[in-house]
Amino acid sequence: MSDTILVVVEQREGKLSRVSWETITAGQALAADTGWTLEAAVVGSGVAGFAGEVAGKKLAKVYAIESPKLEPYTPDAFAAALKQFLSSHPAKLVLMPHTYQVRDFIPKLATAMGRTAISDCIGYKKDGDKLLFTRQMFQGKLAADVSFTSDAPWFVTFQNGAYRADKVEAGASAAPVETVNVEIADGVVRNKPQEVFKEAKQAVDLTQAEIIVAVGRGIKEQKNIDIAKQLADALGGDLAASRPICDSGWLPMDRQIGSSGQTVAPKLYLALGISGAIQHIVGMKGARTIIAVNKDAEAPIFEIADFAVVGNLFDIVPPLIEEVKKAKAGT
Amino acid sequence: MKILVCMKQVPQKDAPLKLNESGTWIREDVSYEVNEPDAFALEESLRQKEKHGGEVVVITSGPARAQQVLREALAKGADRAIHLEDNAFVGLDAFNTARAFAAAIKDEQFDLIFTGLQSDDYGYAQTGVVLAELLGWPHATIIMHIEKNDAGIRVKRELEAGYFQYVDMPLPAVLTIQSGINKLRYATLIGIKQAKNKPLRKVTLAEVQSAIGANLQKIERLYVPQKTKNTEFLEGPPAEVAKKLVDKLRNEVRVL
Repeated sequence: MSDTILVVVEQREGKLSRVSWETITAGQALAADTGWTLEAAVVGSGVAGFAGEVAGKKLAKVYAIESPKLEPYTPDAFAAALKQFLSSHPAKLVLMPHTYQVRDFIPKLATAMGRTAISDCIGYKKDGDKLLFTRQMFQGKLAADVSFTSDAPWFVTFQNGAYRADKVEAGASAAPVETVNVEIADGVVRNKPQEVFKEAKQAVDLTQAEIIVAVGRGIKEQKNIDIAKQLADALGGDLAASRPICDSGWLPMDRQIGSSGQTVAPKLYLALGISGAIQHIVGMKGARTIIAVNKDAEAPIFEIADFAVVGNLFDIVPPLIEEVKKAKAGT
Repeated sequence: MKILVCMKQVPQKDAPLKLNESGTWIREDVSYEVNEPDAFALEESLRQKEKHGGEVVVITSGPARAQQVLREALAKGADRAIHLEDNAFVGLDAFNTARAFAAAIKDEQFDLIFTGLQSDDYGYAQTGVVLAELLGWPHATIIMHIEKNDAGIRVKRELEAGYFQYVDMPLPAVLTIQSGINKLRYATLIGIKQAKNKPLRKVTLAEVQSAIGANLQKIERLYVPQKTKNTEFLEGPPAEVAKKLVDKLRNEVRVL
C-alpha cells in the first residue's frame, strides 16, 4: 500500500474556505511528486455535503469525520477527532491551511501524537527522497527549508495564497466519500465558545478599492498620517494601514490590511513605511501593482514590490503629492 | 491569580541579519529586543494582577543576552523571573522548548500561562499550545480580552477577517496573546531600581535535559529568499523620484 497524504479542509459558516482549495492544490502537487495517494477530510457535524463538494476534485477518497461534539469548533474536540481518525487511517503527511482555526488546534494534535507540525509553509522541495518544506523566517527577511526528523504523520500547514485555488484539478469521476464517526467522551471538551460576531459593521470596504495608500510604523506619529491621507486624496484612493497603526488607535480597525484585517487586491497598493511582515503581506500581495517606500533597504516589502523607493517617506511623499496633483490638473 | 508569562528575545525589527557559515542560522552579532506580542502578554498579566492580586512570573530560554528581556519585565512590575540559560535553547523546536519550560515550572502552581501569539523569528505560533497540551490544560489562541469570573475566565478570541468570539474556559489555562490587546507601559525609574532585587532563578540545560529530546524538525538551510518579482528601484533626489513615480503611475500602472 502506498503512503497517504491527507488534506484536512476547513469549512466555516456553511462554506469551504478558499485556502482549503489551495491546500488541495498543494496536496495534488505533492502526490504527483511522491506517488503517494491523496485523500481529503472534512471535520465537523453534518459535513457530508462538504465532503461531496470536495469529492469532485482529483482525490482518491474523501472522509467526513463526524461527531455532534465537533460543532461549534473547539481545539479539544478537533484534536481528539483527528487523533482518533489518524490512528485508524494512518497518513504519512497531513496538510492543512494555516488559518487561525488550524493554528489553534494543530500544535495540540501533533503534540498529543508525539509529533510536530511545520507551520505556515509557502512551498516544498523534493531533495532526493527527502521532503523539505519552505517557510518564511524573521518576518520574511529569510526563508528556511525544514525537514521532519520524526516519524509520520508529518503535519504541515500552508500559508494563505501559497498555492492557487483555481489550479485545483478536478477528478475524472467523483471520489468515494466515507463517513467516519468519532467518539468524543464527555469532559474532553473544556472550552465553551459563544457565537462568532463582528465588532462593528465594517464602515470601510477596502476590498473594492482600486487604489490604496497604506501606512506602517514608518509614519512614526499619528499626526503624520495626514500626509498619507493627502496622497490618497490626490490619487483618488483609500487610506489603509498595517496592524501596529490600528493597534495604536491612529486609524480605525476597519482600515487594517492583513490576516487579521481585510484582504485586498487593488490596481495600485502604495505602501508607505511598511516593512512587510508576513501577516500584512498575505492581505495585499494580490495587488496588481505594488509601490513601496521604506527607509530600510532590507525590508521584506521590497521582495514583492514592483517599484521601490529606498528613502525617507517624509522626503518623498510631499513632492509626490504635488506631482500627482500637477498630473491630474494637466491632463 | 498566579500568572506565568513566556517571553522571547528576538532580533530587532530593523536589524540587518547575516547568515552563519553553515547557513543554518543567523549570526549572533545583531541587536535584540523583546518579541512584540510577548510584551503585550506581559502587560496583560500585570493588568490582571492589578485587578485580582497574585503574582507575575516571567520565563525565557536562551543565552546570557536573553536575560535582558527578564530584567525589563521585572522593571515593569513582574515579581520574579526564570531563565533557562544556555545557547542550546536557541535551536530547540517548539515541542522541546515547551518541554523544557514544563520541566522548569513543574513545582509551581500557575492559574494562567501567557505567551505572545507567535515569535518574530521562527513565527511558528506553536509553543503556547504545545505547552498547554503537555500540561494537560485547555488553551485559547489570539486573545484580545480576558475577564475572570467565578467559573474561570471568559476570553475574546480574534478570528479572521474582523470576526471575534467569546470563549468560556476553566483554569488553569494557557492563552496566546495578540498584539494590541492593551497599551504597553514603560518601566519607571523606581521599577528599574526595584528590579535589581527581584529573584531571578537560573535553570541550566542539565536540569531540564531529561525532559527534552531530539528535535522533531530541522532547519536544513536558511537563506535570503529568491525574489519572485522583478522590482525596479527608483533612485535620485526626492523631487526626481516623485517625478519618476508619477511617470510610472501614468504610463505603466495607468491610474493617473
